[in-house]
Amino acid sequence: MTVNVLMPALSPTMEQGKLAKWLKNEGDAVKAGDVIAEIETDKATMEVEAVDEGVLARILVPGGTENVAVNTPIAVIAEEGEEVADTADHAPVDRVGEEDKAQKQAEAAPPVPGQTAPQDEPGEANKAATKAAVEAATPAPKATSVAKEPSATVAPEVPEGTTMVSMTMREALRDAMAEEMRRDPNVFVMGEEVAEYQGAYKITQGLLQEFGARRVVDTPITEYGFAGVAVGAAFAGLRPILEFMTFNFSMQAIDHIVNSAAKTRYMSGGQINCPIVFRGPNGAAARVAAQHSQDYSAWYSQVPGLIVISPSNASDAKGLLKAAIRNDNPVVFLENEILYGKTSEVPALEDFVLPIGKARIARPGKDVTLVSFSIGMTYALQAAEQLAKEGIDAEVIDLRTLRPMDTATIIESVKKTGRCVAIEEGWPQCGISAEIAMRVQQEAFDYLDAPVLRVTGKDTPMPYAANLEKLALPSVADVITAAKAVLYRS
Amino acid sequence: MVEESGVASASASTIPPFSREQELTAFRDMLLIRRFEEKAGQLYGMGVIGGFCHLYIGQEAVVVGVKMAARDGDQFTTSYRDHGHMLASGMEPRRVMAELAGKRGGYSKGKGGSMHMFSREANFYGGHGIVGAPAPIGAGVAFANAYRGDGRVSLTFFGEGAANQGQVYEAFNMASLWKLPVVFIVENNRYAMGTEISRASAQIDLSKRGAAFGIPGKQIDGMDVRIVKATADEAIEWCRAGKGPYLIEAQTYRYRGHSMSDPAKYRSKEEVQKMREEHDPIEQVRARLIADGMSEDELKKIDANARKIVAEAADFATADKEPDPSELWTDVLA
Repeated sequence: MTVNVLMPALSPTMEQGKLAKWLKNEGDAVKAGDVIAEIETDKATMEVEAVDEGVLARILVPGGTENVAVNTPIAVIAEEGEEVADTADHAPVDRVGEEDKAQKQAEAAPPVPGQTAPQDEPGEANKAATKAAVEAATPAPKATSVAKEPSATVAPEVPEGTTMVSMTMREALRDAMAEEMRRDPNVFVMGEEVAEYQGAYKITQGLLQEFGARRVVDTPITEYGFAGVAVGAAFAGLRPILEFMTFNFSMQAIDHIVNSAAKTRYMSGGQINCPIVFRGPNGAAARVAAQHSQDYSAWYSQVPGLIVISPSNASDAKGLLKAAIRNDNPVVFLENEILYGKTSEVPALEDFVLPIGKARIARPGKDVTLVSFSIGMTYALQAAEQLAKEGIDAEVIDLRTLRPMDTATIIESVKKTGRCVAIEEGWPQCGISAEIAMRVQQEAFDYLDAPVLRVTGKDTPMPYAANLEKLALPSVADVITAAKAVLYRS
Repeated sequence: MVEESGVASASASTIPPFSREQELTAFRDMLLIRRFEEKAGQLYGMGVIGGFCHLYIGQEAVVVGVKMAARDGDQFTTSYRDHGHMLASGMEPRRVMAELAGKRGGYSKGKGGSMHMFSREANFYGGHGIVGAPAPIGAGVAFANAYRGDGRVSLTFFGEGAANQGQVYEAFNMASLWKLPVVFIVENNRYAMGTEISRASAQIDLSKRGAAFGIPGKQIDGMDVRIVKATADEAIEWCRAGKGPYLIEAQTYRYRGHSMSDPAKYRSKEEVQKMREEHDPIEQVRARLIADGMSEDELKKIDANARKIVAEAADFATADKEPDPSELWTDVLA
């Protein structure tokens, strides 16, 4: 009896990965627990073990194959002497082609096929004096030019005609940190697994190699303590980038974020700044349940003295993280694990810094205003596309910065459309969307043709079961329903 | 060695003597803090100072002894019983008092108050209202010192009540792991608000609290400024040599309540009286100066000068204006 060896998932968000290499050959005898292959995603590398005793009868996916979908049979283990037919019912390798990739990106529900993060040393990019060099440093760039029209992902601040390169948000964040570390010797990175391990989500990949252990500091698992240490270092004039493995763990440290970082400038009459960036993945990933799926956007947005940023794409992530590192205030920089692997166009500019506190019109429209940020933008943009097919022209605003919130851009849009839907993955009570609704009714009441509606995460802890988790999160359908409701269409 | 009174003692022969000049410095600095705090207490009673106000009376030898061992550029960080630390750091009494009164001339323009005060130029990093917070923040200041390799030492104070906070041990661990130049000074005044140490701490020898992290610790009589100074010398030298943090438990005593509203039912008047009579840090120095031939008159002059500085500070604070209403909105962001 043959046993299929399936492509394993390395993390709850992994949908495909690279089969890096085989450590056994066809015909080799294997025992349960033997390492037979290595697989990797842009985040991690892992060994595949034989699940049964026998002979590695057939290798179905050769070493070096990219984008192998999770659960694809990659090999067959047979009993000794057993015949394995060539036409065995092994599913063909599910390779995700470029078209599929594009399609998936458009659908945006599952993460984009994991591209292997570039392994080039950040130091290389440093030497890149010209745009061409920057492009050369990025593997297989798909260079394009910025067009005039608003884009789903490209900031309006990017000059027309700028050369663009494709990169993941993960690479963009890494590059932003590396560039700022080269620029200012007071900038350093601190957090759990940021150095030797290269980042729990590989955001700090290569930084240790370029900047050394003095400036890329692994901490013990001690969020409250290291947040306080980083804040003290910032008081004394350094510029820490503090990575929380996820923002769920920042709750251990929230006292120092709020009481020490956010308030000290005020309490010192302007004498002591706290130039620090608290960054890391925020909100739901996939199937990690209640304690690891919380969205802190509303929590930190309530605090005067903090700046809160939550980008939706690689370009904004890079330009805003660089701005955050240069800012003299404490910045809470909320990333999203599902967005890390997503690729979008990033300007190939030597020093690309975006303004904090400016929203971006990701899609112009006239019938209804959809306001969101971070991963909420994927629901908003997809809903807008589907609404367009039904003749509804939605304008989509990406807040980018949550505090200070760019109310003016929202109000200007609502004055045009008369209708507004706010979308977020966070909980409804006192959420970001609640704040948007409040501001719109206060400043554009006379322009509204319908009450402002919200699409939010449900008012429950995040469930583990796949079907319940899906129900707990907003959906494109929810956004479409809300948009039609404010348009009184069904 | 711990006496019945709870104060560690050292035999006279082991205490490094002060020069006349050092005795005078200690006397002058401790007396200024004492007079300042007495005045703050009066102003609180008059309603000039509001909110929480935690007086340092009785504990003066701790910060003054450490300050005498410090070098220019070394930083001070403490919790909310902080007026003494500010004066010892060289901050102006009138601006400290104005801050207590919530006036515009205060160090924080009246926006921080008694518990939240800072001075960049005096290297004073607060003034923190959260129990235990100074430990990691002071370690972070030391992290910056180590990062720059500038030879500065972070002098970080907190109380014995804070010594039960988890973040203190998180800070100990990192400070030792990374060999940060930080002296942790636990000011053990025996009462965390109304809770006597043995009711809150399984291990009451707090100098042992760093042992698990490889941090050397010393329990000392924090009422004797000479012992504090000598121990701080050792600790600071240890840090400056790159050996990592050092822990000092200074056993001390506060004569006043935890804050101004403390009815002090948790200890007897006799206990307080005994400490004042037998261990007062300022009286110890005065006695030695007299024995060394100083006249009462000379010491009275020093006292008069302290009173004068404090009276001027109080006048300034009382007369100063409240912050302009527009200040509500300033200094939120840089």
